[in-house]
Amino acid sequence: MPFLRDIMGKYLIHYGERSIKDLTPFYDITENAQGGTTIRFHGRMDSGNAGSFMEDLSRYFSENPPGNLAVDLEDVTYLDDFGTLVLIELRKIAVKANGDFELLHPGEKIRDMLMFLRFDSLFKKTSFEKKRRQGVFVRLGEKTFDIFLDLKYAVSFIGAITLSLGYHLTHPKALRTEDTLESMQKIGVDGLPIVALISFLMGLIMAFMSSVQLEQFGANIYVASLVGLSMTRELGPIMTAIIVAGRSGSAFAAEIGTMKISEEVDALFTMGFDPVGFLVIPKLIAALIMVPILTLFSDIFAIAGGLLVGVFMLDLTAGAYVAQTINTLTVFDVFWGVLKGGIFALLITWVGCLRGFQVSGGAASVGQATTSAVVSSIFLIILFDSIFSVVLRYTTG
Amino acid sequence: MGRKAIIEVKDLEAGYDDAVIFRHVTFNVYEGEIFVILGGSGCGKSTLLKSMIGLLRPRAGRIMIDGNMVSTEDEDGLKKILEKIGVLYQSSALFGSMTVAQNVSLPIEEYTSLKKDAVDMLVKMKLGLVNLDGYGNHLPSELSGGMKKRAGLARAMALNPKILFFDEPSAGLDPITSAELDNLLLHLNRTLGTTMVIVTHELDSIFTVASRIIMLDKKAKGMIAEGDPRYLRDHSQNAFVKQFFNRRA
Repeated sequence: MPFLRDIMGKYLIHYGERSIKDLTPFYDITENAQGGTTIRFHGRMDSGNAGSFMEDLSRYFSENPPGNLAVDLEDVTYLDDFGTLVLIELRKIAVKANGDFELLHPGEKIRDMLMFLRFDSLFKKTSFEKKRRQGVFVRLGEKTFDIFLDLKYAVSFIGAITLSLGYHLTHPKALRTEDTLESMQKIGVDGLPIVALISFLMGLIMAFMSSVQLEQFGANIYVASLVGLSMTRELGPIMTAIIVAGRSGSAFAAEIGTMKISEEVDALFTMGFDPVGFLVIPKLIAALIMVPILTLFSDIFAIAGGLLVGVFMLDLTAGAYVAQTINTLTVFDVFWGVLKGGIFALLITWVGCLRGFQVSGGAASVGQATTSAVVSSIFLIILFDSIFSVVLRYTTG
Repeated sequence: MGRKAIIEVKDLEAGYDDAVIFRHVTFNVYEGEIFVILGGSGCGKSTLLKSMIGLLRPRAGRIMIDGNMVSTEDEDGLKKILEKIGVLYQSSALFGSMTVAQNVSLPIEEYTSLKKDAVDMLVKMKLGLVNLDGYGNHLPSELSGGMKKRAGLARAMALNPKILFFDEPSAGLDPITSAELDNLLLHLNRTLGTTMVIVTHELDSIFTVASRIIMLDKKAKGMIAEGDPRYLRDHSQNAFVKQFFNRRA
C-alpha cells in the first residue's frame, strides 16, 4: 500500500515498503489554500529510494499539477546525489507548471551536500550524446585525407623496413637471432599442422570434383596433373599465405599494437633501439624463410590428398599417379609457387607490423588493427596473385 | 555504542603455488573510516585487496563485508557483495572505447531503472563531484593521468557503494594532483560517509587521509602493525615500521 489519502483528499503519505504501523512515512504532501504544495521528506534520500520517489511523485503530479512547490528537508537525515536527483525532478515539475520552487529547512549536512553538488547550476538539460556527425562532404574529405596519410605512412614504413633490412644484411650480428628463431617456430612449425590439413583436404576435394568430369572421357589420370599443377602454381601459395595471414599476420599486429599502447615501443626508441629492426626484421626474415617452406609442404599434402582419391576412387595406382604428377610439373612451376610464397610473406609481415605500429588509444584499437591486418593481407595476396598471373601469361607467351 | 565493523578479516592466508605471501592477517574496518593498507613492495598489499574484493580466493581464513562472507560466497552471493563496493584500479581501468560519461553511466544503467535524462543528470553530478565537469564526451585516451583517476573514481562511486577500494590511487601522479586526489577522497568521505580502503605506500597520502592503518611485511609474511599512523610513526618499537616511516634504507 504505497499511498494513503485522507478523507479530505488533501494529504498524501508515502509509506513505501514500510509497515503501516511505522508512523514515519518517507514523505508526505500537503496542499495549502493558495494552491501551493509542500512535500516533506523524512529519513534518507539516497540510491535506495530515489527511483521509486521519482516514479511515484511524477505520477502523482501528472494527475495533480502543483502551483508553487516547496520541499521541506527538515527531517531528512541523509542526502546523496541520487536523492538530489529527486529534488531536481521536483523542480522540473514546478517549472513546467509555471510555479515557484523552494527548498525549506535544509540541515547543515544537507546544505553542504547541495553545495558540493552545485545544486543551483544543475538544471540545464544534460546530454552526453556523441558529438554531432559532420556533413557528408566533410566526412568524405576527411576520409580521403586519412587514406592519403595511411598511404604515406605505409610507404614510409616500406622505406624504414628497407633501410633496416639493409643494415642487418651488412651487420648480420645485429639481427636478433633468438627472436627470429622463435618467429620461425611460430610461423612455420606451429602453422604446419593446419596448413597440411587444409592442403590435404583441398587436394582431396579438387581430385574428387575433377574426377566427376574427367571420368566421363576416361581421362582419370589427368586428375593428377590438375591437382599438381593448380596447387603448386596457384592454390598452394595462396592457401598457405591466407593461413599465415590469419595466424601470424594478426599476431604481429596484436603484439606490436599492445606494445605500442603500453609504451614499450617508446621505451625501445628511448633506449636507442630501432623499433623496426627490433620488432619487424626478425619476423620478416622468419616469414621469408618459413612461408616458402610451408608452401612446399602445402603442395605435397595437396598431392597426397589427390593421390588418395586417385587410388581409392579412380582405380589408379600410386606409382602412375605420382609419375603423372612429376611429368606434368616443371621445376619452374614449383619455383614460381615458392617465389610467390616469399612475396606473400613480405606482404603479410609488412601489413601486420604496419597495422600494429598504427595502433593508438586503447584495446579497441588493437582489435581494429588485428582485423585490418588480416583483411588487408588477404586483399594484397589476391591482388598480387592476379598481377603474377598476368605477368606470367605475357612473359611466357 | 561501539563502532560497526563493515569489513571483518580473520586469520587470512594467501599465496601462489608453494609460496605463502601472508598468513594470520586479522583486522576490522569500521563504517565511515578511511583505512589504509601499507607495506613495502611484494608484501601482499594488492593480494590482500584482491582477496577482499573477491578476485582472489584466500587459502584460509574469512572475509566478511557488511555481514556477507566473501571468501565462500557463490557467484550470486558475490554479486550482491560487489553491488556494495566500488573499486578504483591503479590504471583506472576505464573502457577505452567508451566516453567518460558512458563509463560512468554503465553501472547506473545496469543496476537502476532510471530514465536516460535522470542517468545523464546523475553522471553530470558524479563528474562534478570529481571536478571533471565538461569532460563527459571525452575518451579516456584524451585525459591526463590525474583526470583518468578521477574518472575512474566517478565510475567506482556510480552507485554510491558503501565501501570504496583504491589500489595505489596516487601512483603516477604528481604531488599536487596527488594532494588534490587526497582532498577529494576526504571530502567524499565526509560528505557521503563512504568507507574507504586504500592500498598505498605514499607517506604523504597516508598522513593526510588515513583514519587507521595496517602494515604488512614481506619478511614477517603478515601484519606487523595496526593503528593510528601518527602514533605508529612516533611510538612503534618495530624496526621495519620505524624504517618505513623514517624513509631509511
